[in-house]
Amino acid sequence: MKKNFTFLLALSFLVIAMTGCNKGSKSGALKSGVAEKVYVAPGEHDKFYAFISGGFSGQLAVYGLPSGRLFKVIPVFSVDAEKAYGFNEETKPLLNTSHGFIPWDDAHHPDISQTNGELDGRWIFINGNNTPRIARISLKTFETAEILEIPNSAGNHSSCFVTENTEYVVAGTRFSVPIPQRDMPIKDYKGNFKGALSFISVDPKDGNMSIAFQILMPGFNYDLSHPGRNKSHGWFFFTTYNTEEANSLLEVNASQNDKDYIAAVNWKKAEEYIKAGKFKTMPANFAHNVYSETNHSATSTMEKEVKVLDPAECPGLVYFLPTPKSPHGCDVDPSGEYIVGSGKLAAALTVHSFTKILKAIEDKKFDGNAYGIPILKYDDIVAGVVEQPGLGPLHTEFDDKGNAYTTFFISSEVVKWKLGTWEVLDRKPCFYSVGHLMIPGGNSRKPFGKYLVAMNKITKDRYLPTGPEMCQSAQLYDISGDKMELLLDFPTIGEPHYAAGCPAELLEANSQKFYKLDENKHPYATKSEADTKVVREGNNVHVYMTMIRSHFSPDNIEGIKVGDKVFFHITNLEQDFDVPHGFGMIGAQNSELLIMPGQTETLVYEPKQVGVWPFYCTDFCSALHQEMQGYMRVSAPGSNVPLKWSLDGE
Amino acid sequence: MKVTILMVCFSTLLLFSCGSSDDKKANDQNENAVKNDVSDPMKDKGIGPITSVTIGAEVDKAMAAEGEKIFVSKCTACHKPDKRFIGPAPKGVLDRRSPEWVMNMILNPDKMVKENEIAKKLLMEYIAPMANQNLTEKEARSVLEYYRTL
Repeated sequence: MKKNFTFLLALSFLVIAMTGCNKGSKSGALKSGVAEKVYVAPGEHDKFYAFISGGFSGQLAVYGLPSGRLFKVIPVFSVDAEKAYGFNEETKPLLNTSHGFIPWDDAHHPDISQTNGELDGRWIFINGNNTPRIARISLKTFETAEILEIPNSAGNHSSCFVTENTEYVVAGTRFSVPIPQRDMPIKDYKGNFKGALSFISVDPKDGNMSIAFQILMPGFNYDLSHPGRNKSHGWFFFTTYNTEEANSLLEVNASQNDKDYIAAVNWKKAEEYIKAGKFKTMPANFAHNVYSETNHSATSTMEKEVKVLDPAECPGLVYFLPTPKSPHGCDVDPSGEYIVGSGKLAAALTVHSFTKILKAIEDKKFDGNAYGIPILKYDDIVAGVVEQPGLGPLHTEFDDKGNAYTTFFISSEVVKWKLGTWEVLDRKPCFYSVGHLMIPGGNSRKPFGKYLVAMNKITKDRYLPTGPEMCQSAQLYDISGDKMELLLDFPTIGEPHYAAGCPAELLEANSQKFYKLDENKHPYATKSEADTKVVREGNNVHVYMTMIRSHFSPDNIEGIKVGDKVFFHITNLEQDFDVPHGFGMIGAQNSELLIMPGQTETLVYEPKQVGVWPFYCTDFCSALHQEMQGYMRVSAPGSNVPLKWSLDGE
Repeated sequence: MKVTILMVCFSTLLLFSCGSSDDKKANDQNENAVKNDVSDPMKDKGIGPITSVTIGAEVDKAMAAEGEKIFVSKCTACHKPDKRFIGPAPKGVLDRRSPEWVMNMILNPDKMVKENEIAKKLLMEYIAPMANQNLTEKEARSVLEYYRTL
């Protein structure tokens, strides 16, 4: 009995100790169950994809939500030696421009294609800011499929956002410039420079882009834009700053006017003008680069003209909506009624009403014009104002319950407020200095109001330090309840400038597993080991090579000479998911190749030294991966070593 | 003694309650594997979509020609018809294995090399895993017909 009692006592102590223990560890995140909300167990999948722009890295990164795990960095505007992007012969044309081959850009605003105002998961578009370009990325292969250069544009910032049925992806210029470009004094900017807003049509079948028309606007700076949706479908809204048309010290000189404008563009009207022939055709020179999934290669074509519309000659095409103090974000709610202008330097958020805008236009209640474009009266079009919401408003997205969420850069917070009543419902700090925010579908008729991602400009003390350069960072909030809840910090590549997100099931099933060999139309594809060969054409030597677990064919090549240009055309013969092979050649002055199953890629090698030089597979492919290797014999120029190739002596 | 029985009961209960659907699947397959007669390799049908194959008395020449084409494009990187290469030679394979086993090895190699005794031994011998080249059942059947001509 006594023994039993002792046992019971011990047991109760144990229970107390364990409970105590639990309490002790349940501090911080665990206390509120936050950790569980972002925990995706090993082997399980996230619920959402997040495509977060790499900003000045030029790339687009794919993350899972809620875990914040990084899945892939899709090379878009910058070369990527890991994937041979911009290094192999197949992808080099994608980075061609009117300025020649450009290996870098500043990627800003991704947007997923839509049908009927809802995300359709076919493509994602992103702008290159610096050398103006728009890229289309396939959401089947998660690879860049097309890059279109934008002429008459500079600092392609108010880009790129899609209309409700992806009729257009729209790209607005940040800088106004002489159009056409010419040698002229900078001080003559005012009245002479122009800003181009480009409407790029998207082929509904294959996604191919082409510039349908450009609207040549006054020489302001065009900052951001968004399409009208639902009731305002057919319109597009662009924020402007520097309506002062200053060309120096914009920090001061572009902040003089009490109000700048949101430009409301009626693109259906533009279509009518184009149809009626009211456009001018301007000479231009811009690159149109298209990657083909069947021949695994890109081509670059220079296009030579563009259609332009002058708003002063096209009544009803553009109206200016006065909006306080250098508005930055320009966001349209899911109903299409409200257009939110975030005056960077204003104390309040201005929300315009689409219904009131139409009424004012109908009543012709204008407050003068700017370069022939009618200016509406502020008081006639304002739906409401969110008073004193924070400092430095930038961007707004929406949930599916009639709420809006705005980021504030200076006060470093995200603020939730109610559409219609304009009352502030909640605010949560961001760490630190938040720029854009993203709610999956938050730029469509159908937002998924579960998570919000804040993308921060400054990280400071949030992670272990890594020298002067800190990683940049995103933060995940749960917005399903009345109050927002900070769940997770996660580091990002480059600068997480902006993002687009969608439910996982929209893309998961369509994701390509491998390329079918019998559909491979690459001109240098080798579909069977029997067809491998080495062909000399003068100083150019073409190696038709195959790879499979775990050997190259051929793996012994002789008869190459210093001064030759060797083209390794390598086909991965695997026909299974997730079996890429790599190819590294000693002394190759470009990169490795990373070849997906069924794909063909080409690496150029210009041997500089006599010797027997090895190559090997770089992507761990099987237990015999380390054996996947070969030799190339390089002889002196003029040597008579015959061209020979073999695998296992055959 | 009683305690032991109780403990056994509990652990059994735990095992069952924690078993995920994956475990159950694995169990089912094990049962199949047990049913599969492995004492005679010619009776081992392997694991996969193929449970029975009818072989004609005569070789279907058209089908065999089709099979050869597929073999050349998808299989010759690792198999030579009549000598050991990365993997074994298919010549005479139907004297060593059942037709079902051959087709399952083509169509379901990942599972075969993990769970089928003969395939497991082959992986130990050859080290390189049999690649899944995603043939359709019809294509695998043609390749099988081609093997009859070797």
